[in-house]
Amino acid sequence: MPKSPHPRATVAASLSLVFLTGGCAYLEGGGSQSADPDSPECEAFSQWQGNEGTVSVYASIRDEEAERMERSWQQFADCTGIDIQYEGSGEFEAQVQVKVDGGNAPDIALFPQPGLLARFIDAGDAVPAPDSVRTLAEEGWSEDWLNYATVDGELYGTPLGANFKSFVWYSPTYFSENGHEVPQTWDEMIALSDAIAADGVKPWCAGIESGDATGWPATDWIENVILREQGPDVYDQWVGHEIPFNDPQITEAFDRADEILRNEDYVNGGHGNVQTIGTTSFQDAGMPILDDECGMYLMGSFYAAQWPEGTTVGEDGDVFAFNLPPVDPEEGTPVMGGGEFVGAFADRPEVVAVREYLATAEYANSRAAEGAWFSAHQGLDLDGLEAPTDRLGAEILRDPETVFRFDGSDLMPAAVGAGTFWRGMTNWINGEETDVTLDYIEDSWPS
Amino acid sequence: MTSTPTPPVGGLPAKAPGKTVDRSRESSAARVRKRLSTTAASVVAVVIATVWTLPTAGLLISSFRPEEEIKNTGWWTFFTDPQITLRNYGDVLFGTASQGQLASYFVNSFVITVPSTVFVVVLAALAAYALAWVDFPGRDWVFLGVFALQIVPLQMSLVPLLSFFSEGVTVAGVQLMPAWDLQGALAFTNVWVAHTIFGLPLGIFLLHNFVSQLPRSLFEAARVDGAGHGVLFRRVVVPLVVPALVSLAIFQFLWVWNDLLVALIFAGGGVETAPLTVRLAELAGTRGEEWQRLTAGAFVSIIVPLLVFFSLQRYFVRGLLAGSVKG
Repeated sequence: MPKSPHPRATVAASLSLVFLTGGCAYLEGGGSQSADPDSPECEAFSQWQGNEGTVSVYASIRDEEAERMERSWQQFADCTGIDIQYEGSGEFEAQVQVKVDGGNAPDIALFPQPGLLARFIDAGDAVPAPDSVRTLAEEGWSEDWLNYATVDGELYGTPLGANFKSFVWYSPTYFSENGHEVPQTWDEMIALSDAIAADGVKPWCAGIESGDATGWPATDWIENVILREQGPDVYDQWVGHEIPFNDPQITEAFDRADEILRNEDYVNGGHGNVQTIGTTSFQDAGMPILDDECGMYLMGSFYAAQWPEGTTVGEDGDVFAFNLPPVDPEEGTPVMGGGEFVGAFADRPEVVAVREYLATAEYANSRAAEGAWFSAHQGLDLDGLEAPTDRLGAEILRDPETVFRFDGSDLMPAAVGAGTFWRGMTNWINGEETDVTLDYIEDSWPS
Repeated sequence: MTSTPTPPVGGLPAKAPGKTVDRSRESSAARVRKRLSTTAASVVAVVIATVWTLPTAGLLISSFRPEEEIKNTGWWTFFTDPQITLRNYGDVLFGTASQGQLASYFVNSFVITVPSTVFVVVLAALAAYALAWVDFPGRDWVFLGVFALQIVPLQMSLVPLLSFFSEGVTVAGVQLMPAWDLQGALAFTNVWVAHTIFGLPLGIFLLHNFVSQLPRSLFEAARVDGAGHGVLFRRVVVPLVVPALVSLAIFQFLWVWNDLLVALIFAGGGVETAPLTVRLAELAGTRGEEWQRLTAGAFVSIIVPLLVFFSLQRYFVRGLLAGSVKG
C-alpha cells in the first residue's frame, strides 16, 4: 500500500516556502521609508538630494542619547533617501579598530577621543574632509576645536557634540540659604570652602569609581587645575609630552588639587573620609548635594542626566553649575571639555552628504531640539537649548574670551591616558605620595 | 579540601592483587559517601550554596526596587523598607527605545543560538565518529590538530575572520574567494559560521572521548549484520552518546547565548541582528546613568539559560560524569 504524504509535513514545507519568498525583501534589509523629496519640509535638504544610499555610522553613544541623535537626522534621511544605519557600542574604542582592521570599517565614526582618530589618520585609513565640509567646519567652530582633528594642515573630522568638563555642581538653594555666592576666583572658592566647612558641612564631594575606567574623574580634576594654574601653553606641552609628566609645574598643580581632594576637612561630603573617593562611583558621588551634605562637585555637563527625576536644574533650582574659577582671572576663562569628532572611512557621495549635514548649524539646532545636548557650533541657537546647564555650557564655549582645551587624557597615548594616569590617580587618592605618582606615570609613557 | 596531607591508608599494600584492590576501593567509596552524608557536611553544603546564591538573590531583589532606592541603598534595606516596583522590567521590556524593545533582541538571540548549537553538535558528532572509528591515513594527526586548536584564543582569530567575511580571500593579488557582503538579517550567517568555528574544537574533542570508548564488539556485530558507516552512526553511535550530545549542546547553547564579543563583531549592534547581550550592554546609557535597568535586564536574559539548564539537567550531570569516570 503506497504511503500517503504526511499532511503536516506538507503544510510545514509550504509554510516555509511562503516565509522564504515573503521574507527575502526583509532579509536583504531594504525598504526604508522616505518623504516626498519635493515637499516644502524637504526644501532645506535639496542640496543633498540625489545621493541615495546607505551610510553606516558607528559611535559610543547609545540608548536614549542615541535615539535622540537618530531622531535629529531622521528628516534629513527621509528627504534625501540616504539611509543612515546607526550602531552604538560601549566597546567602541576597541571595536572600531577591529572593524577597520577586518575590512569592515563603518562609513562614519564619531570619535570621542581625537587621539583615536589620529591613529587612523596615521595609518591612512581615515578620509580627509572634502573642501565643502572644511568650509562648513571653519564657519562653525573655533580654531581651538578644529586643531584637534587637523593633521599636517589637513582637516579629517568635524566636531559634533560638546561636553563641558569644568562644571562645578552646587545647590543654589543651599548657597542662598547660607549666604554663599558663586566664587569668581580660585581664592574665593577656597574661602567659600572654608566657610561651608565651618558650618559643619563637607564642602566637596568626589567619586572616581567607574568600573574598568576607575580614576578618570580624578584626571579631570588635575587637567582642570593645570589649565588654570599653568595656562594653556604648559597644558599643551604636558599633553604632548614636551615637558615630562613629573615636571615641577605639574607638581605645583597637583599640590593645588591636593588642598581640596585630599583634605579631610573638605571631603568627602555625604560619603565619608578621603578614601571613600576611590570607592564611590562618579554617578553617585554628587547626589549628597541634594541633601545639603556636600557643597560642590566637579563633574562634566553630562552629569545633568544623573539627577533623579523631579530635580530642578537651574539658577534658582535644586542644582546648578558654575565654571571652575580661574586662578588668575586676567588669563581669560579656561575651559576643559570634550566632544565627538565625525571621522570617515569612505568618500562615497552619500557619505560626504552626511558629513556636510552634520557640520551645519541646521543639524546642531535639530539635535539641540531633541534635548540634553549642546555643541560649540557658532550657529547654534542658544534659545533652542532646553536645559539651563546646556545653555550655560554652550554660552561659555562660544565666548571668544574662552580658552578651550580638550580633555588631556583623551589626547595622550592610550597606555597613559586610559591606563596609568587613571591608576596613578586612584593610588594618589588612596594616599600615594605626589612624587611617586608622577614618577610612576612618567615612567609608563611609551617612548 | 583540607590542607593537611592525609597519611596513606594503613594496612593497605601498595600493589595488592586485583581482588584486594577491588574490595578496598569499594570500602573507600563507601567511606566517602558516608562522610559526605553527615549532618556537618550537609550544613557546609547548604552554607556554600547560600553564599553562592546570595549575590543573585540580591540582584533579583534589586530588580524590583525603585531607581532611587537601588542607587542609594543596598538591596538588604529592602527587608526593613520594602518598596516594590515593576518599572525596571517595564523599562527593559517595553521601554522608550523606539526600536530597542527587548523582544526583538530576544528573537535575534534565538536565531543566533539555536543554529549555532545545532551545527556544532551535528558536525562535532560526525567528526568525532570519523576520527574514532573510520580508518584513514593521518587520522591521529588530524585529531591532534583539532585538539591543539583549542589553545588558540578566539580573540586572535577575530580580525582574520572578519576580513575573510568582508574582503574575501586574496593571495598574491588573486581573489580566491569573494567577499560575503551579507546585508540585513543575512548577516546572521556570519555569526553562525563564527560560533560554529569557535565551538567545534572543544566539541570534537569532547565527543571523540565518548565515541572512542564505545566497545568495539558493538561495531563488529553491526558490521556483520551489514551496517555501513551511515547506519552505524545513526543506529549505534548516536543513541549511545545522547548524554554527551546533550551536555555539549547545553555548553554550546550557554556559551553562545551569553556571548557578547563575537556578536559585537560579526552581528553588529543593529536591531536586525544584535542579540540580547549587545542590547544589555547598551541598556545603561552612554555614561551608565541608567544602570538600575541592568538588574531587570540581567534577569530577563537569565531566564532562557535557566530553562535550558533545568530541563536538560539530568543529561548534563550524566554526560559530565560519563566523560570523567571510566571503567
